[in-house]
Amino acid sequence: MKSPSHVEVRNLAVTVRGPDGRPLRIVDDVSFDVARGEVLALIGESGSGKTTIALSLMGYGRGGAAISGRIRVGDATLDGAGSASLARQRGRRITYVAQSAAAAFNPARRVIDQVMEPALIHRTESAKAARARAIDLFRALALPNPETIGSRYPHELSGGQLQRLMAAMALITQPDLVIFDEPTTALDVTTQVGVLQAFRRVVRQQGATGVYVSHDLAVVAQMADQILVLNRGRVREHNHVGALLEAPMDDYTQLLIAAAHPVVKAQARTPAKPEPLLEIAGVSAGYGPIDREGRPAHPVLSDVSLTIGRGAAVGVIGESGSGKSTVARVVAGLLAPASGAVTLAGEPLAPTVAGRTREQLRRVQIVFQNADVALNPAHSVGDILGRVLRFYHDLRGAEAQRRVAELLDLIRLPAAVAGRRCDELSGGQKQRVNLARALAAKPDIILCDEVTSALDTVVRGAILDLLAELRRDLGVAYLFISHDIATVKALCDEVVVLYKGTRVESGRRDTYDTSPFHPYTDLLISSVPELRPGWLADESVQSAAPLAHQPESTELCRFLRRCPVAIPGRCDVAPPPLRTMSAGNVVLCHRTEAELIG
Amino acid sequence: MSRGSPLRAVRALPWSGKIGLVLVIFWVAIAVVGRFIAPYPPGAFVSYEVFAGASGQFWFGSDFLGRDVLSRLLVGAQFTVGLSAIAVTIAVSLGTGLALTAAVGPRWLDELLSRAMDTLISIPSKIFALVLVAAFGSSIVLLTIVVSITYVPGNFRIARSLAVGLTRLDYVEVARARGEGRIYIALIEMLPNMIRPLLADIGLRFVFIVLLLSGLSFLGLGLQPPDADLGSLVRENVSGLGVGALAILVPAAAIASLTVGVNLLIDAATQGKVK
Repeated sequence: MKSPSHVEVRNLAVTVRGPDGRPLRIVDDVSFDVARGEVLALIGESGSGKTTIALSLMGYGRGGAAISGRIRVGDATLDGAGSASLARQRGRRITYVAQSAAAAFNPARRVIDQVMEPALIHRTESAKAARARAIDLFRALALPNPETIGSRYPHELSGGQLQRLMAAMALITQPDLVIFDEPTTALDVTTQVGVLQAFRRVVRQQGATGVYVSHDLAVVAQMADQILVLNRGRVREHNHVGALLEAPMDDYTQLLIAAAHPVVKAQARTPAKPEPLLEIAGVSAGYGPIDREGRPAHPVLSDVSLTIGRGAAVGVIGESGSGKSTVARVVAGLLAPASGAVTLAGEPLAPTVAGRTREQLRRVQIVFQNADVALNPAHSVGDILGRVLRFYHDLRGAEAQRRVAELLDLIRLPAAVAGRRCDELSGGQKQRVNLARALAAKPDIILCDEVTSALDTVVRGAILDLLAELRRDLGVAYLFISHDIATVKALCDEVVVLYKGTRVESGRRDTYDTSPFHPYTDLLISSVPELRPGWLADESVQSAAPLAHQPESTELCRFLRRCPVAIPGRCDVAPPPLRTMSAGNVVLCHRTEAELIG
Repeated sequence: MSRGSPLRAVRALPWSGKIGLVLVIFWVAIAVVGRFIAPYPPGAFVSYEVFAGASGQFWFGSDFLGRDVLSRLLVGAQFTVGLSAIAVTIAVSLGTGLALTAAVGPRWLDELLSRAMDTLISIPSKIFALVLVAAFGSSIVLLTIVVSITYVPGNFRIARSLAVGLTRLDYVEVARARGEGRIYIALIEMLPNMIRPLLADIGLRFVFIVLLLSGLSFLGLGLQPPDADLGSLVRENVSGLGVGALAILVPAAAIASLTVGVNLLIDAATQGKVK
């Protein structure tokens, strides 16, 4: 039996039992082929069925899902009519790279034992040969110290390293098909580039056939040969990467491409010099007991200052661990700063909620990232909004109901939603309710902590538009925290970059369009994948940092150990000065403006 | 919990839950009306034969003194179901109340309450009850108090671990940032999200209490004659075990069906519709 395509899927349908007990078709009539050595990307929003299709390639249906149609991978078919059934090929000829490698590794065993395990279980190789192959893969995946890294435990490795190790585990049996299920979604952008480069190289080197599941078109453009666009379990478009990105035929593909670059339509007009509303002055904060010099045991923020004008939007960006969420927690009074002060319209705010007046609390509202846990599942939407109205404005009964309806109208939800509970709403709807709860207080400023990060691109665009409209119409100010510079630039007039709790750069939005930047800002901006196939290849491998061996010090530049342009003799002796660039942005760096451009 | 009509909720129960529901309703009904439908006064000697078998006159036969087993069972159920229900209510209200106080209160209070509960839990429950009953003599009020206190620490531990998990959740943080008081956070934000696991705990504790009360009665330290709960019925007729008398089998079966019924119902009610 010789067939041109290596993976063949015909009329695939997956049916589950819906909440009302009737069968619900979550994947409908999907057909595609993948040739040997090619990578096919499945792209779509959450709920589009992309993971379900990927899992059915392994002959696996989640929780009672019924798979019908014809799937063939190599000589294995779904119904077992070939020489082997699909399910028996799992882990050997068909392997899987999951989204969260941190959760996929056993914390009690050394990583190399886990990476070798598939080869030993399926007896493809002797332990010695498998170990050698694992080390080769570590080298191909650009892991540091490939000879010895395997003897570490998962908690000793970073998220990006674990994700690469998981790819090594998937490739160790030299499989016919590797399924990548959103393998870089949980990583920081700066980490993502390196992981993508490693994946790409290893896939090419091994000639592996892959199915790459993602919601991010720009990532997929780097990894795949063909793209299959899915929406509600149906194929919307299927084409080669270049053709699909240049000339999308389907309107849904066009929507996805447009959403990759958020542009906010409603631009608020802020006065050139707005009166300051919220001032954060020299705030240091952290967790754990505070020592005699006033420093907490685990410092998170050191000496952060920023000012937000009335009706202005200030963005804070940084990778995980940069302390950006801690800024919001300090302003909201959930965490007392170790030193420094927060001032609201000239009035100093008490360090914690307990010391603030109800009026001060009303004026500062916080919105958390994950609406699933930010809304109490035991309460209805009306209860949630009504409580805020009663608490701050003493509105009750019919008056409160009218205001709830107004609020729901403001966030573009039907008034009938008030009677529903939050678990009956979609992700985007929940995030709107989450926003409405903050709006119910009629605040002067809303602290948005990664409010768009858990959303699909299309929904994210809609929420950003809503935020911008609310700002224009209600004059509310935002402290907008995100890890995504494109989102922040779309909404905010001013952007602050945090690195390890230190403000390394701040400036107006347009100063982030062209250099000079702080080297870290440069890294952040250049790490965001672009929507063209060749980007990853053009993107030079991150040059090594000359001072990477320096011990961690809070006195010197915090970025020193990762900075590709650090100057020995200058950066490792004194703390960096704050420099104002001619474009107006302020950069904390030893390099002068001319040096930063060059 | 679904907010639809109770009838819909019943229909959604699996068959095991329906059986449990029937058993629970049956025993609650017996507890309420048993005293009025009993054919004979529970203390009356009505049969000349002891440990008689079933007959048209005495459905479940007679006991070791020739009293009607059915009548004694109907009256005894009232004590077992009633006392256990009251005791479990007190135990769970106290345990959960203190647990919420510990979760939202200052750290020293949490520490104090937790250590106090650890001390209490380290005393074996039956010995604790025995000592108190021996010291103060047996009365219904004392029995209820002793049994309630015995089961406070267990409920406290479960409720506290649930509550502490919830205090870190974003919706509780949002309420805190809004400036809500501790009582509001405990009762409105946290308690409704603890109900499901707490119900399972209540079911378990109800069964423990039925068994502890029956055990105490069996030892002769529970309800004192002429009152009798299901446990005392088993004890007083223990000499009939050799002859397989209904007088001992029926009360034992009654205890079993009550505890099994409560557990079936609570299991079904708490398992359903978990996403």
